[in-house]
Amino acid sequence: MDWFTEFPAMDTERLTALKKAIDLGFRNFTRAYGDVFETALYPVQWFMFRVEQLLTTSPWPLVILGFAIIAWLASRSWKITAGVVITLLLIGYFDMWEDTMKTVAMTVVATIMAIILGIPIGILMGRSNRIQAMLNPVLDVMQTMPSFVYLIPVVMLLGIGRVPGLIAVMVYAIPPIIRLTNLGIRLVDKDVLEAADAFGSSNWQRLKNVQMPLALPTIMAGVNQTIMMALAMVVVASMIGVQGLGLPVLKAIANQYFTLGVFNGLAIVGIAIIFDRTSQAYGKRLQKHLEVVHG
Amino acid sequence: MAEHMAGIGISIRNLYKIFGSNPDAYIDAVKAGMTKAELNEKHSHVLGLKDINIDMPGGGIQVVMGLSGSGKSTLIRHINRLIDPTAGEVIVGDEDVVKMNEAQLREFRRHKTAMVFQKFALLPHRTVLENTVYGLEIQGLPREEQEKQARRWISRVGLDGFEDNYPNQLSGGMQQRVGLARALTNDAPILLMDEAFSALDPLIRMDMQTVLLDLQKEIRKTVVFITHDLDEALRLGDRIAILRDGEVVQQGTKQEIVLRPADEYISSFVREVNRGRVISVDMVMAPLSGEPKGMPILTGTVLEIAAKKMTDSNVPEAHVTDASGAVLGKLAINEVISAMVTPVDHETAAA
Repeated sequence: MDWFTEFPAMDTERLTALKKAIDLGFRNFTRAYGDVFETALYPVQWFMFRVEQLLTTSPWPLVILGFAIIAWLASRSWKITAGVVITLLLIGYFDMWEDTMKTVAMTVVATIMAIILGIPIGILMGRSNRIQAMLNPVLDVMQTMPSFVYLIPVVMLLGIGRVPGLIAVMVYAIPPIIRLTNLGIRLVDKDVLEAADAFGSSNWQRLKNVQMPLALPTIMAGVNQTIMMALAMVVVASMIGVQGLGLPVLKAIANQYFTLGVFNGLAIVGIAIIFDRTSQAYGKRLQKHLEVVHG
Repeated sequence: MAEHMAGIGISIRNLYKIFGSNPDAYIDAVKAGMTKAELNEKHSHVLGLKDINIDMPGGGIQVVMGLSGSGKSTLIRHINRLIDPTAGEVIVGDEDVVKMNEAQLREFRRHKTAMVFQKFALLPHRTVLENTVYGLEIQGLPREEQEKQARRWISRVGLDGFEDNYPNQLSGGMQQRVGLARALTNDAPILLMDEAFSALDPLIRMDMQTVLLDLQKEIRKTVVFITHDLDEALRLGDRIAILRDGEVVQQGTKQEIVLRPADEYISSFVREVNRGRVISVDMVMAPLSGEPKGMPILTGTVLEIAAKKMTDSNVPEAHVTDASGAVLGKLAINEVISAMVTPVDHETAAA
C-alpha cells in the first residue's frame, strides 16, 4: 500500500536525467542560436540605448518640459500636467533622477514593443476562434508563471544586461494588450459590422474603419495595463542587471535599508501614477463621441 | 444614370435557407416536404426560408411583411448575400448573386445595393458627414466628390446643419435619416430597408415614410422594404409579399391582399385595415352599360375620396375615367360604401 500513502513519483534518477536532457537541449540551442538572437535584437538594443541616452543626458528641465507637453497633449488636463511636473521635481529633489529616467526608458521601450507585437496578435485572435483557442493557454501561462522564472531562459539565451531585461519585461507585460485587443475586436457591435459588409468593405477596410476605432477604448485599457505590468517587472528585472529604480530596491532588500527601499519604491509609484492617469485620460478622450448623448 | 432610372429587377427563385451545423444534409428532405417542426425536432436544424419565389419589378417598392420569426430579415439579407442560401437563386438584373465570388460580391455590394438597418448601425465614432460618405469612401472616390454627394443627401433628408454632430447627439428619427442619407449617397439602384422605421415613434415613422415616398418619386430605385406593420406595408408597397414561418403565404398588390386575403392568417391582419384608404375605385367599378352617369372620377382614386366626392355632390352614381377622360366603368355609391365597410374574410371573398 505504499503507493496509497506516498505519491508514486518518478524515480529520482530518471527525473534527474530528464531535467538534464532538457537543460542540455536548451543549452545547446542557446549556444547555437544565442548569437543569432543577439544580432536580431540589435535594433532593439540600439533603440533602447537611444531612448535611455535621450532621457539621462538631456538637461532635466527640458525632460520635465517634454513630459509636461506629452501629458498635456494626451489628457488636456492642467491637473494631470501639474501632477506630472510636481512628481518629477520631487523625484529629482530626492536624488533619484537618473535611476528614474532609466526605468522610464525601459518601461517606454517595453511598452512600445508590446504594442507593436501585441496588437496584431490580438487582432488575429479576435478574428479567428482557432487562434484564440491556441493562444489563450499560452497567455494563461505567461500571466501566472512566477516572473522570476522568465529570467532563467532569457539569461541563458542572451546573458545579463539591458536587452535580456527588456525582453523579460516585455514578455511579462504583453498579455493584457493581446487579451484586450482580442476582446475589443470581439465586442464590436455586430450590427455596425454588418453595415460595413453591406456597403462592400474589404477585410482591411472593415478593420481600419470599424473594428479598430470601435475597439480602441478597450485597447487603450490594455495599453494602460501593459504599462503597469512593465513597471512592476522592471524591479524584478534588476536581478539580471537592468539598471534603474529596481537596483536600489534590490540593494535595500539585501541590506535592510528601509528608507532607501521606500524612497525608490515611492518613485516607482510616482511614475506609475503619471503613466496611468495620462494614458487613461487619453483613452477617455478617444471616447468623447460616446459621451454626448441626445437628451 | 440612365440604367438606374429603369430600375433593376430582383427575382428570387426556389430559395431555401436551413440554419444549423449541416444544412446541406437536409435540403433534399425539406424539398421533398419535411416540415419545419419535423426538421427542428428530429435533426435540430431550423428551416429559415422555404421555397421562396418573388419577382420584384425594377423601380418599385416591394414590401415583405411578416411577424417576428417569419424569416423576413433573413430574406432581405439574401439579396446582398449577407446570408448565404442553402439552395436557390437570387437574380439581380441578369446576375445570380449566389454564384458570385468574394470580389464580385464586394463590387456588387458597393455599386448595386445600399442598405438601411433597423438599429441604424451608424459608426459611433464618425460624424454625420463622415457616416454618410462611408459607401463612397469604400469605393475609393475622391474625398471632394464624396462630400459633395453626401451633403446633397444630408440636405435632402432634412439634416442641414447637423453634418458635424455625432450619432449619439441625435434622436432616433434623425439617426435613421443619417442611415437613409448614407444609403442614398451610395447611388445604388437597389435600396434594401430592413425594418428601417420600426424602431421609431409612430409620428416619426409616418414622417419617414413620407420622406421615402417623396424621394422615391424622384429616384425610382428598386426598394425592398421589410416590415411587421401592415399599415406601413400598405402605405409604402407597390407590391407586398407576406411571409409566415419562412414561407410566402400571399403576394400581390395591396388591393389584392386587402380584398382577397389568401387565408385566415392574412384576413386577421387585413380586418383592421382602413379599407377606404387602400382600395381604389377600379376594384369596385362595374362594366359600363349605356351612357356614363353622374360625375367623372379618376382611375386610382381610393374609395374614401370617391365616396366623399359623390356624397358632396349628392349623386348616387359616378363613372371612372382614365387620365385622358375615357370611361372605364361605372360606380354606385352603395357599392363603394359596401366595399369600404364589409370586413370580407377569405372564404366569402373567394365565393
